[in-house]
Amino acid sequence: MARRLMEGSEAIAEAMVAVDCRFFAGYPMTPFTEILERMAEFLPPVGGVCMNAESELEAIGMAWGAAATGARAATGSTGQGLALMQESISEMCTARIPLVVINMGRGQGDYFQATRGGGHGDYRTPVLAPSTVAEAVELVPLAFDLADRWRNPVLIYGDYYLGHTSQAVEVQSKDHASTGRAVADKPWALDGSTGGSGRAKLLSSLGEAKQRDGVGYDLAEHLERAGAATLEMGAGIEPFCDVGHCDDADLVVVAFGTIGRFVRWVVKELRSEGHRVGYVRPITLFPFPTEAVVEAAAGARSVAVYENNLGQMIDDVRLSVLGSCPVEFIGGLSMDSSGFGVGPEIDAPKIRARILAELERVEAR
Amino acid sequence: MDTELVGQRVVLRTDRRPDDATLVDDFTPELVDVGAHHLCPGCGEPIAIRSAVECIAELGAVERTISVFGIGCYTAFSNNLDIEVLQALHGRAPSLATGVKRMRPDALVLTVQGDGDMVNEGLQEVLHAAARGENITCVLLNNGVFGETGGHITSTTVLGQRTKNTLDGRDAERDGYPILIGDLIASMGGTAYAARGAVNDAGNVARTRRMLAAAFATQERGEGFSFVEILTMCPTGWFIETQESPDYLADVIAGTHQIGVLKGGDVPKGDR
Repeated sequence: MARRLMEGSEAIAEAMVAVDCRFFAGYPMTPFTEILERMAEFLPPVGGVCMNAESELEAIGMAWGAAATGARAATGSTGQGLALMQESISEMCTARIPLVVINMGRGQGDYFQATRGGGHGDYRTPVLAPSTVAEAVELVPLAFDLADRWRNPVLIYGDYYLGHTSQAVEVQSKDHASTGRAVADKPWALDGSTGGSGRAKLLSSLGEAKQRDGVGYDLAEHLERAGAATLEMGAGIEPFCDVGHCDDADLVVVAFGTIGRFVRWVVKELRSEGHRVGYVRPITLFPFPTEAVVEAAAGARSVAVYENNLGQMIDDVRLSVLGSCPVEFIGGLSMDSSGFGVGPEIDAPKIRARILAELERVEAR
Repeated sequence: MDTELVGQRVVLRTDRRPDDATLVDDFTPELVDVGAHHLCPGCGEPIAIRSAVECIAELGAVERTISVFGIGCYTAFSNNLDIEVLQALHGRAPSLATGVKRMRPDALVLTVQGDGDMVNEGLQEVLHAAARGENITCVLLNNGVFGETGGHITSTTVLGQRTKNTLDGRDAERDGYPILIGDLIASMGGTAYAARGAVNDAGNVARTRRMLAAAFATQERGEGFSFVEILTMCPTGWFIETQESPDYLADVIAGTHQIGVLKGGDVPKGDR
């Protein structure tokens, strides 16, 4: 397949279908809407289903049901819609059902929502934060693989720019062409066939034991098992990031997603002018690339965090360096009247000015 | 026998097992794993669930049935059946069932929800599933109270009905009116079959079984959304004697939620 110029939404949708996502449900909301449009276009020709759900509550419920049959399923929205989905996301973690959830956020104010979540109980969701369309296309297969591997919802966290930027990309399909294999690898998935066997399958957040086991619901044991699986997942996923120019940097700038792309460009420019500045761009937000941040910060005099919010990822950066060097926030909201997080601050000269000011401040110390 | 005289009634003591107790026969139906369920004496939900699984067996669909359970007292049966069960959040079963059915169109897909689950928390889910003509069967166990929390008012509690937070009875001015969910669903274009049964006596149990069979048949023919509301006794939540609850259902609950086929149907004329 050759490279084609595609808008981010189209590329993400095509990448999902290419790795056998066969069910999608969504509710329109800017800047997520185009993914729903594309899935409605791409799924029926390959025998898949795209549902126009009545709300985000139903969207994730439908995807939950589809995923329970072993199909690769996904849903998405923007942060507001994901707020409505939180109960299901956390419950699906406890029920151990894979799902891919896309947040095309407005700005970056959903970092806490993505990495901590607003659901109930002890759960975590891996979070992937692409900064370009090409990277998103690479991360989509990983998201589905992680979801299946760990039987857990996985988030892809993008924004307006990711969804609406066009880039020439190539979408690779996986080596297996049908849903058959994916389903065969999921012995827990429901197809009705174990009915009457004396051991009909139960897929539940309340436990796996049946009344005939004589223990009622094994809720306590189930929560222990699900909790252990969550911890194992957190430890088992290798965090990764994009790091540049940190070797002799006085200042390391940490940024993710679209902002990370701007910061990378600005840092490269500042380097060419002789400024001692580097960057770290986390791609997995959970698990957070703690070691990479520590390593990058080891020789630096300060770390600056640039986010398009009031300061959320900065907590993870501070938890990484554990007080070994100062961590300053140089980001902030960038809103216009649309509220879509596309305001005037997402601008290379402005980002450059803030990084330069911070660098001067650090070097003057 | 461990019995005692309480007033005019002979009461079988249930606080300890009689020394001479022997199981005369095992009446546990085929697809229910353990007959000794965890619900209150006099509860109507086990009869309703038994009726549903017996209909599935009669249909020969046991090995291709996927059920989706909501959250309520009846959830005690979600791990007690020999058909596949997907557990949903409170209110969300019709959406999960939609995803299941769309991915497995050959499966018989049913939901089991209570009135708190379906009519309070998840009203829009079931209405939209009906409006879409989703080819699933939704079963409502309607006892007019949140039984699991101890008998609190729901959206189907009838006027005058005492609940734990309407001790003097549901008052229209203060608490509003009950939602007649079966009638509402029957009014929707995508609904192919809707009926309201009850399990307060043998006649109604038989009638309800025919309704369930008709609903499943509707789904099997791919005609669209099918719905069976089953009025069930909840003596604990109604704060009445267990023995009086079938009559209370007939006289009070069914006076508002009237029993009968509400839409479609291939049931005998007598049931219309």
